[in-house]
Order: sequence, then C-alpha cells, then structure tokens
Amino acid sequence: MSVAVGSTTRPAGSRDQKAQQRSDARSRRVPLLPALVFTIILTQLPFVVTLVISFMNWNAYYPEERGFAGISNFVRVFTDEAMRHSVWVTIVLTATVVIVSLVLGMLIALLLDRKFRGRAAVRTMMIAPFLVVPVAAALVWKHALFNPEYGLFNGVITAVWNLFGMSNPPQPDWISLAPLVSIEMALIWQWTPFMMLILLAGLQGRPLDVIEAASIDGASGWQIFRYMTFPHLRQYLELGGLLGSIYVVQTFDAVFVITSGGLGTANLPFIIYQTFYNAQDYGRASAAGVVVVVGTIAIATFALRTVSTLFREEGGR
Amino acid sequence: MSSVTDVGPVPATRTTTGKPRPDRKPRGNVVFAVIAWVVGLLFFTPIAWMVLTSFHSEADAATNPPSLAAPLTLQGYREFFGASSGASPWPPLANSLTASLVSTALVLLLSFPAAYALSIRPVEKWTDVLFFFLSTKMLPVVAGLLPVYLFAKSVHLLDNIWLLAIFYTAMNLPIAVWMMRSFLAEVPVEMLEAAAMDGANLPRILRQVVAPVVMPGIAATSLICFIFSWNELLFARVLTATRAQTAPVFLTGFVTSQGLFLAKVCAASLVVSLPVLIAGFAAQDKLVQGLSLGAVK
Repeated sequence: MSVAVGSTTRPAGSRDQKAQQRSDARSRRVPLLPALVFTIILTQLPFVVTLVISFMNWNAYYPEERGFAGISNFVRVFTDEAMRHSVWVTIVLTATVVIVSLVLGMLIALLLDRKFRGRAAVRTMMIAPFLVVPVAAALVWKHALFNPEYGLFNGVITAVWNLFGMSNPPQPDWISLAPLVSIEMALIWQWTPFMMLILLAGLQGRPLDVIEAASIDGASGWQIFRYMTFPHLRQYLELGGLLGSIYVVQTFDAVFVITSGGLGTANLPFIIYQTFYNAQDYGRASAAGVVVVVGTIAIATFALRTVSTLFREEGGR
Repeated sequence: MSSVTDVGPVPATRTTTGKPRPDRKPRGNVVFAVIAWVVGLLFFTPIAWMVLTSFHSEADAATNPPSLAAPLTLQGYREFFGASSGASPWPPLANSLTASLVSTALVLLLSFPAAYALSIRPVEKWTDVLFFFLSTKMLPVVAGLLPVYLFAKSVHLLDNIWLLAIFYTAMNLPIAVWMMRSFLAEVPVEMLEAAAMDGANLPRILRQVVAPVVMPGIAATSLICFIFSWNELLFARVLTATRAQTAPVFLTGFVTSQGLFLAKVCAASLVVSLPVLIAGFAAQDKLVQGLSLGAVK
C-alpha cells in the first residue's frame, strides 16, 4: 500500500485527469445501462438457452429420456422433409411479399405524390389495411373474401356472370387451389401501405427546385424519374426492404389463421411453434431455432451494412 | 449491394415508363387521379366489406352473389359480445390494453435515458451499441420462445399478463431506442448546456428540458409500441391461457368455420382492430416516422 502511494505522488495531475475521464465515461454509461441490461437478459439469454437445449434429447412427453443428444437434433432438422420445405417457404414468402409490396408501394406513392381532388381521402384509404390487427385481417381474408361458398371474390364472380346472363360461374376454392399465394395476397395487402408511406415521405423530401429546373431544360418525365427521383428514392427503397424483411420473415399470424400451416405453407416460425407447442419436442425445436438464427445472422450482417451506410449519410448531413 | 436492391424496382420503372410524360397536360392528371382513386378503393374494399358484413344478419352475410343492400342489424356484435355463447371478449380486450399500455410505459422509461446516452451525451462506441439494439430485432423471436416458456413455467408465471408485458417491452425496446435517438439528436445543444450550467441533474434535464422538445417523438414511439404490442400473437398464444388471454388470441377461436358466423367474425375483427385504426388515423404522420425508426421525418 505504502509503496503504491509513494510511487503515485508525482504524476498526481494526470491521475486526477484519468480518474475524471473514467468517472465521466461512467456517468455517460449510467442512463444507457438499464435498457442495455434489460435487452441482453431478455433477448440474448434465451438464445443461449436455446443453443444448449438444441444439443439435448428433451421431449416433454418422455421426461425420463432427457439427456445429451450430440448433433442428432441438427441431423433430424436437416433430414426432415417438412423442415427443409419450411425453409424454402419462408424464403419464397418473404421475398414475394417484400418485393411485390415495394413495387406496388412505389407505384402508389408516385400516384399520391401528385395533387388531385381527394388525395387525402385516398391516402387514408390506402393506410387502412396496415391498421387492421394481423389476426383480424387474416380472418377476414380467409372467411369473408376467400371462402368458396359465400366469400366476396366468388360472390363478385357470380354477380358478374349474372349480369351478363351466363350460368355456372366458376367458384374456385382459392385457399386449396393456391394456399401460399392466398397467404401472400393477404400479407401484400397489409404491407403495401407500409412501403407506400415510407416511399411517399421519400418523394416529398425531393429537392423540387432542381426537378423544376430539369423540366424547364427539357428533361422528359421518364428522364426525371430515372436520373433524379429514382436515385433519391433508392435509400428509402432499401430501408423499406430491410424493415419489411425483418417483419415478414417472422410471419406467424397469417399462416396460423389462413391455412394452419397445412397445404405445404408451414414457414419456419410456424413449424418451430408446432414442434415445440404441439409435439413438445424441445430438442428439435431448439435445433431448428438455432438454424434459423444462423441463417438470419448471415442475412442480417448484409442488411446491417446497408443500414449503416444510410445512417452515415444521415449523420453526415 | 446494388445488384440486389436494383432487382425490386425494375418492373416498377418499366410500368411507369410512358406515364410521367403527359404530366403537364390536364387530361393526364385526370387519368392519374382516377387511377389513384380506383387503387385506393380497391385496397379499401376488404375493410368496407368487413364493416358492411358486420352489420348484416348471418343469413344476409352468407349469400352468393353478395347482398349489399340487406337490412342492417347489430346481431353480429351481440353475438361477438357473448349473447348466446356466454364467452365475453371484454377480459381479453382488457388484457390486451394492460399489456400494451404497461409495456409502452416501460419502453419509454428505458429508452428515453438510453437515447440520451446515445445522442446528446454519447458513450464510447455508441454506434456499436445502437447497432446491437437493432441486431436483436433481426433475430427471429420464435427461436427464443421455448426458453421463455420454460422460464415462465418454472416460476409459475404462465398465463400472467404482467410477464407478457415485460416481454413486449423487450420486443419493442430496440425500435424505441432507435426512434428516440433520432429525435433526441435534434435537440439544440445550447439548451442542454444552459441547463447543465444551472446544475440540473440528469432526471431533471430529461424531464424539464429534453422531454418538452421531443414530445412529438415520444408520441410517435408510443404509438408504434402500442400497435406492435396490441397486434402480437405468437408470444401471447404460448404464454397465456384462459386468464391472461389477449384479444388476438381470442380471435384465433374463429380460425375454423362454425357454420354461419361471418357477421360475427367481421364484427370481432373490427372491434379488435378499432383501437389501432383510431390511433393510426389520428397520427398518420407519426406512423411514418415510427415505422422508419425515425429515419424518415
């Protein structure tokens, strides 16, 4: 102790400075810690437990067989036909919904960027689908729209057929005929308004004077779109695509309600839910969860890089 | 990066190819206005149909072709509120409200100081911290569901609405931190310096100086957190049963057809969606800010 005191008497000034810096850094961290600790405990810890369980033989129906399983859960995940199919379903579902919603959202945003009578009303009508609770939206699509006997789609077909005096209108059973497309339609209906809102905000942030100058200089509407509007919109398209992917990849409600995972529409969230909740196979559900996380990290790394470019541009302004 | 992001918009640019040209002619504007109206009405049709059907009798709701002009009745609503089944939707609605409000309040309480430490008086490596928050949002929640369920079971907190509220807080906290940070970053530095000079401590600075300035941001954050909590199904379905059941879980009772029940389903869907519809319409501009994590203002 005494040695320590003796040796630190001379550089007292710098020590004070360091102590002050340290206390400054500590005081900066204090407001952050509750949120950070909370997030780590509630989002990271469960994944660690999942990782541990994924190497265990654990089925709640056979509690006496609990033990170390090695990689057998992972082998079963990769060899299971249903599990492998669900990976494909997840990719197709997410890509279709995000891309179609982005394209439709952009077209509608371009329409709504013009001034016309009732623009506010159309905008309000467009937003509405996003504000219906997802389970409720899926119920309405399943029962009130797709139902082959009294759903609106087949009802309209009958009405049109009657109008032209034709008999025997086609009455397809939409969900059995195209189960995945049915789910995608309901999701696209909900997510197009989301994309439209982000892109509309992007369009309204365009420097209008530059565009006006370009049109005075004789640039065509297409040229203005291709060389001015589209490059400006690009970061908003990326943002919409990224956020849409984060949410749509986790879709559970629509699959659960519209097909209950049947007819080859079970995506990964649904099949993991089923393995854990119905089959009570904790080991295999966890292994599937780990596979999803690894897959997502690969995609997320790329996505995060996109956001951080966006973010840096924003910060540079 | 460019190759991937270019794929999506390509068809869009093609379909708009000839369109912007007649822009400056009034006739072109009329055409675009008509198209916009048609598209808007098309997107609104399922909702209009849901509302109309909810006010029809079960017999009128199940006709083919649809009977648009059928007499209106509140029968569907009476059935939904348990006229003949006795199953009241009020407890699930109250549970949803509790979980959404409690989690939104907790999210604000945690994210507000955190956003301060990531913008106004930033910690070291604050960008890394910010991206850590975002990355937790990218991990599929379903992969953490089982440990959460086992934990709830072991501490006898299954079917408990407060535990659900805690998990909703964790679910929305990353989004809230991002949003709040973008709002706090715009608070003028001079204001804070003046407050610090007066010797105000952090809770007071946050409450009396920062909060009034970022009120619109707090509103946007609350709105988004409320909507996401209200809509959530997966956690609610796994963690709750009869007592703490939320409104979306209650709605899953309508997944399989039960004879003529279309008016009842539509009434149920509308009632459960109503709080979100009202909040969303009342704060349309906030919605955009919130959804884009505050990146779009």
